[in-house]
Amino acid sequence: MSALLNIDNLHAGIDGKPILNGLSLSIRPGEVHAIMGPNGSGKSTLSYVLSGKDGYEVSGGDMMFEGQSLADMAPEERAIAGLFLAFQYPLEIPGVTNMTFLKTSLNAILRGRGEDEMDAASFLRLAREKSRALGMNDEMLKRQLNVGFSGGEKKRNEILQMVMLEPKLAILDETDSGLDIDALKTVAEGVNALRAPDRGMLVITHYQRLLDFIKPDVVHVMAAGRIVKSGGAELALELEKSGYAEYVGETVNA
Amino acid sequence: MSEAKASIDKDTVDQVAKFGGEHYKYGFTTEIDVDKIPNGLSEDIVRFISAKKEEPQWLLDWRLDAYERWKTMDEPDWAHVDYPKINYQDLCYYAAPKSMEAGPKSLDEVDPQLLETYSKLGIPLQEQEVLAGVKKIAVDAVFDSVSVGTTFREELAKDGVIFCSFSEAVQEHPELVKKYLGSVVPKSDNYFAALNSAVFSDGSFCYIPPGVKCPMELSTYFRINEANTGQFERTLVIADKGAYVSYLEGCTAPMRDENQLHAAVVELVALEDAEIKYSTVQNWYPGDENGKGGIYNFVTKRGDCREARARISWTQVETGSAVTWKYPSCILRGDDSVGEFYSIAISNNMQQVDSGTKMLHLGKNTSSRIISKGISAGRSSNAYRGQVNVHPKAAGARNFTQCDSLLIGDKCAAHTVPYIEAKNLSAVLEHEATTSKISDDQLFFCQQRGLDPEEAVALIVNGFCRDVLQHLPMEFAVEAQKLVGISLEGSVG
Repeated sequence: MSALLNIDNLHAGIDGKPILNGLSLSIRPGEVHAIMGPNGSGKSTLSYVLSGKDGYEVSGGDMMFEGQSLADMAPEERAIAGLFLAFQYPLEIPGVTNMTFLKTSLNAILRGRGEDEMDAASFLRLAREKSRALGMNDEMLKRQLNVGFSGGEKKRNEILQMVMLEPKLAILDETDSGLDIDALKTVAEGVNALRAPDRGMLVITHYQRLLDFIKPDVVHVMAAGRIVKSGGAELALELEKSGYAEYVGETVNA
Repeated sequence: MSEAKASIDKDTVDQVAKFGGEHYKYGFTTEIDVDKIPNGLSEDIVRFISAKKEEPQWLLDWRLDAYERWKTMDEPDWAHVDYPKINYQDLCYYAAPKSMEAGPKSLDEVDPQLLETYSKLGIPLQEQEVLAGVKKIAVDAVFDSVSVGTTFREELAKDGVIFCSFSEAVQEHPELVKKYLGSVVPKSDNYFAALNSAVFSDGSFCYIPPGVKCPMELSTYFRINEANTGQFERTLVIADKGAYVSYLEGCTAPMRDENQLHAAVVELVALEDAEIKYSTVQNWYPGDENGKGGIYNFVTKRGDCREARARISWTQVETGSAVTWKYPSCILRGDDSVGEFYSIAISNNMQQVDSGTKMLHLGKNTSSRIISKGISAGRSSNAYRGQVNVHPKAAGARNFTQCDSLLIGDKCAAHTVPYIEAKNLSAVLEHEATTSKISDDQLFFCQQRGLDPEEAVALIVNGFCRDVLQHLPMEFAVEAQKLVGISLEGSVG
């Protein structure tokens, strides 16, 4: 089967400073990949480069999403094509309710795909059903987007957006950080519910803990802007014990 | 013309439209025979306008007095705006469609071309056009210097509500006009108000009798069509004891390279326990992206809570005009009266806005609330200028002011100039102000969720304006939200 995402020898950086140094990675539909690695290894940069954040420059290599080069696409075009990023630090938009944001987002994506927008009643039903499944009450849909949300609520809200948009490729950037164990379980359930033969996931995390709940098919270790080791789920357990030291040298303690 | 050429021409036109003011969809011109007087301002012109309207002597005298005073006044220069000096002798002070020459007519007799113009603007002037289930809105349509028609007059009259053009009010209700005209904005109040008092040509008049809740929204739609013409209209709204009215005002003009002056006066009078809600969606042509053309919107709007427990609320969405100079204000004369000002002022490209409000607390336990949202984009300048004044006798006065500015891009400017003066120790005044920018991270977040940058800005700005938008009547809030998006097109990317 052809790859959903194929990254080949990717070089990228910000402000002229190289961060990704020849990264290669391939995700096929149905697979969940985890990327682990110490701070500063370029994990978040990878998520920003894939989703097209302004300021990040690709200086070499390819990133192909379903055969299309991501580098040529605007961030919203990537979203419309089915790429979703769950943010490490979700943004607040005062005055815009969660509901309005979800609806605007979903309809923008449907429109971008040349499909009909969803009518208000069906949308409301869907949003309520999905948010309840994530243990969020209807009240949260009426609140302003991420304003006054706790860290856990923000992360849960990211997952709600993900399940509403049903992307082909979901990138989760440290979605586990700041979550207590109960919230972690709920978030993992949301992610697991979305696992499907035609969908891929890239889970970026520091800790093995999240991978207890979201079983990856492949685990990658990232250091100094490239993948330095790949393996099965057992690799995460090894890392938990031995740390990242062997991959990054003496200077970093994981 | 060959077919191929026609299609090329169309493509070219579309292309050009994309770069120019395509976003301003009200920029068309109506080709119509007009009755227009020569440019210039003199006592004769004032007499001519008054005669044209067959006005009584007292009103002519009033105008002439205003004209004499105007001649001695200086154009204000304290506002944070910059525009070339206006040559008042180079303006036309009266232009009206020829078909209106014989005076106001019933709606059935109005020139179909005028009806079509309003229909194009989305303003139905035929009562039967209002669909079943849609809330009725009565409209007084002002085209250049005259009112071309007022809808639902008979239906309103059943409740004793008078809603007509200003000219008709002068003929049919002179006692009301004489009693209230200039009683809120005196004829020599300021330079532009004095000019308006001398040469105003028409406008809307509304009177709600005691205890009547006006059964539908009333509105005035101002359209400037003719080139090199100023529009000087007056609106006078009176809510008698215990009455209620919600009033809407909309404005558009064709796209022209020359600047045009709009100097209006709006006076509101609320008597005991009366309430007036006055909402404006101001969408005058703002000029092109280089600041060429556009309306100078120099307007005096003031409401007088003349008796106890009166309430006046101003809500404005200001997206148009090249230069705006406008401070809808409340005189809180009656004890326990309430004044409110909710404003969204958007400036893009080269637009300049100096707008705000004045709350003058004269009565006891009067309260006022000011929520101002200024959004600057492009190379525009946007100033909030507000005054809260508590008179020595205004014991227990309260004011809450919140001024928020949002900047888009790094070439625009926002200014906040609040004046607060309290001469009574029991006054409680609060003032909050914030300035923020739309962050790149917020934009990226929205884009990652499928929104293009312009949709993202519209969403964020609408969120920023939420506190004000919810004070607009429902059907206008939806329009206003769209307008917010349209007026900021081209501000990012």
